Amino acid sequence: MLQHLIVLPVVLPLVCGILLLISRHGSTSLKRVLGIGSTALLLAVAIALVDKAASGEVSYYALGDWQPPFGIVMVLDRLSALMILLTAVLALGCVVFASAGDDEQGSNFHGLFQLQLMGINGAFLTGDLFNLFVFFEVLLLASYALLMHGGGKSRIQAGLHYVVLNLAGSALFLIAVGVLYGATGTLNMTHMAVRLSELGPESAGLVSAGALLLLVVFGLKAAILPLYFWLPKAYSSAPAPVAALFAIMTKVGVYAILRVYSLIFGDQAGPLAAIEQPWVWWLALGTLAASAVGVMAARDLRLLVAYLVLVSVGTLLAGIGMQTPEAVSALLFYLIHTTLVTGGLFLLAELIGLQRGKAGTRLVKGRPLRNGGLLGILFMIGAAAVAGLPPLSGAIGKALLMAAATPAQQPWLWPVLLIAGLFSLVALSRAGSTLFWRSHDGEPSDRPLGRRQLFGVIWLLGASPLLVLLAGPVSDYTQATAEQLSTPAVQIRALLPDAGGDA
Amino acid sequence: MESLYAITTGILTACGLFLTLRGRSFPVVVGLTLLSYAVNLFLFSMGGLTTNGAAILDGGGSYADPLPQALVLTAIVIGFAMTAFAVILAMRARGDMGNDHVDGRQVDETREERR
Repeated sequence: MLQHLIVLPVVLPLVCGILLLISRHGSTSLKRVLGIGSTALLLAVAIALVDKAASGEVSYYALGDWQPPFGIVMVLDRLSALMILLTAVLALGCVVFASAGDDEQGSNFHGLFQLQLMGINGAFLTGDLFNLFVFFEVLLLASYALLMHGGGKSRIQAGLHYVVLNLAGSALFLIAVGVLYGATGTLNMTHMAVRLSELGPESAGLVSAGALLLLVVFGLKAAILPLYFWLPKAYSSAPAPVAALFAIMTKVGVYAILRVYSLIFGDQAGPLAAIEQPWVWWLALGTLAASAVGVMAARDLRLLVAYLVLVSVGTLLAGIGMQTPEAVSALLFYLIHTTLVTGGLFLLAELIGLQRGKAGTRLVKGRPLRNGGLLGILFMIGAAAVAGLPPLSGAIGKALLMAAATPAQQPWLWPVLLIAGLFSLVALSRAGSTLFWRSHDGEPSDRPLGRRQLFGVIWLLGASPLLVLLAGPVSDYTQATAEQLSTPAVQIRALLPDAGGDA
Repeated sequence: MESLYAITTGILTACGLFLTLRGRSFPVVVGLTLLSYAVNLFLFSMGGLTTNGAAILDGGGSYADPLPQALVLTAIVIGFAMTAFAVILAMRARGDMGNDHVDGRQVDETREERR
């Protein structure tokens, strides 16, 4: 049974998702129990996986027992285990929040939610490039439907852009996979890494074309500078629990960049090693600068948080562009922090909007808040964490990242990162003072806060202080992860013992 | 054969790209369909184009690479589902927004409202 643990993060949401999709009508409470239960179980599985991967061993699960490089494999190492755990923690907060009523605005929320989780987990686990495409499609199809859950003009319009862009992105992904398969004759990522080191110089052009096409695709998912324009509108019009779950979707793109370029185009790839580095580094800085301007310009709290997601993407990619294990370790720490905190802020924005009547989340005068004190404290915690103020987790992540920069990178990274943080702080304090202090004289709204909604917000925002308390063990783990990523030979030896492994 | 195949794929891609960049949702959907056809053709050729290859490996000689065929099959199925979804979505957008422009606005209005 224990050897099947690796595939469980895919199978569990799949089975629950199918069960939930059987009947469109049916008891809502039963669906909620099934959805929350499945997500909680996923959390338990994820903890077991992290425990297993923490030893540093790379284990794999060969589907249908077709041994690599012939079959499709699920690979578990420290990075994939960490990402699965992060997904499960985020998803539990979202699904509990949604159970307060958001799931009743349309049909099949919980089923789609589980299928989305299946796609995300699969993308984190798979060791096969084409299989990565398939899981991307699974998570995208579910996200299309979830984005438009509940309907409405702005959602449909944002959804149309999102769907068309991602369909074009899928076409590019297939072309890139085709090019790489044509050049190397394999789809298994580990095998591809071995084959690349044996490849002659005549196919170097073809492979680099495929590699950079892949970067475009992952850049579209991660929302890098010229490819992010779909994100603010899509995220700010999605239902709150869905937007919070989408906080992990850009990280799927970041993960894919990290995985593919550290494994396939690692040191053993010779002249093709680190082919993405200049692109990722400069575009990351550009993303940071552009999104900092977006944060200042946003006139709606949800749009503001969507731009904060972009700031975090820029920060993470700058970490990838630095190409050192220290930077990767720092970016993984920052990734845990930013995913949970931005997810929590999306949920909090919904709670604030619900109590402000017609003004909603727009940054204008509105009705006084009924639970202004509690929401204000939560907002302050979230804002301080996401802007990177000590003593919360954002400050630690940013400090680690800035310490990891080499002297040549510091003059670029430090000002851009710090100014983006300052802009976020200014925009968030402006938003907070409008939301909580400037209001019409009048009766506060009579909408109480739901207990489940509060649980979701506190669960996600509470991760920030918790990360500070556990900063030691967590950064030890991310450091070990970064070291594991920088030595692809370990994974090659684990999956393909015959390939020499010393490539 | 290679050049004919490459030209066909290229023309399909060019047409698909042109249509995808149009302003109305119907050409966009048709463009995406053409694009996915072009990609399927491209995937099919990625193992190299050969004729008279053996379907089942019998020792020596040339044989047809079975993997691209499996991949194309997967890509076709996924592409089909996506096209169906895009069509329904475009119709829904037409109904909800009152016109079939991808930005949900009339074309003449876009000129005035462009900031």
